[in-house]
Amino acid sequence: MVKQVSQVMALSNSGLSDWVVQRATAVILTAYFTWVMAFFLLTPSIDYAVLTGFFASPAMKIAGTLAVLSTVAHAWIGLWTIGTDYLRPAHVGQYATSVRFAYQAGCLLVLFVYLIWAMRLVWQF
Amino acid sequence: MKTDRPVNLNLLAFSFPLAALVSITHRVTGVILFVGVAFALYALDMALASPEGFAVAQSLIAQPLSKFILLGLIAALEFHILAGLKHILMDFHLGDSVAAARYGSMVVIALTVISTAVIGAILW
Repeated sequence: MVKQVSQVMALSNSGLSDWVVQRATAVILTAYFTWVMAFFLLTPSIDYAVLTGFFASPAMKIAGTLAVLSTVAHAWIGLWTIGTDYLRPAHVGQYATSVRFAYQAGCLLVLFVYLIWAMRLVWQF
Repeated sequence: MKTDRPVNLNLLAFSFPLAALVSITHRVTGVILFVGVAFALYALDMALASPEGFAVAQSLIAQPLSKFILLGLIAALEFHILAGLKHILMDFHLGDSVAAARYGSMVVIALTVISTAVIGAILW
């Protein structure tokens, strides 16, 4: 049997897995950004040494790596959901599958660039 | 798959409940944050590269347009996190009645406004 294209282009072929991943990464990202935001808001005066010192600690490298991977997974599931909701024949016409494929490829390309870029930032010290 | 099925939803004819507006805004802020990552990485890359880069990033962020973008991204992040937490609570059937969902939506909006105002005040 031929698989439906929309199914082939899904993240994990399992909606339940996507659902869990979306929520687990959401919790990780909430914790990470709360911590980073607290650093920026509560540190009296931030100069270059303070900023690099914050991101150079082993704990922040591990947390940063986790946050980068979580961002990529979380954004992909969210963007995929938006694409399958709005880039359909009823909305964009008969070439919806092609349009959606191009949209998904574009999203993945941007996320790949983010991944490399952010990992380089996290591990540069 | 049949593609010629009738679509009867005229979205413009609806009066959306607050929870629906929060839901669509959750999506919109998600897309904004996806784009915003590029701005954040750009600024962070510059600030972490060297003390000179840090000074340039600092003066760049002091520009009114950059401040506007930064505060906008912070507001989007606050909203997205708060609406997401509401979503997870509702997954566990906490606050998923019609009345509670409306109340929860108000809380999400109120906390976004308050936290963004506080963060904005601290940053400037």
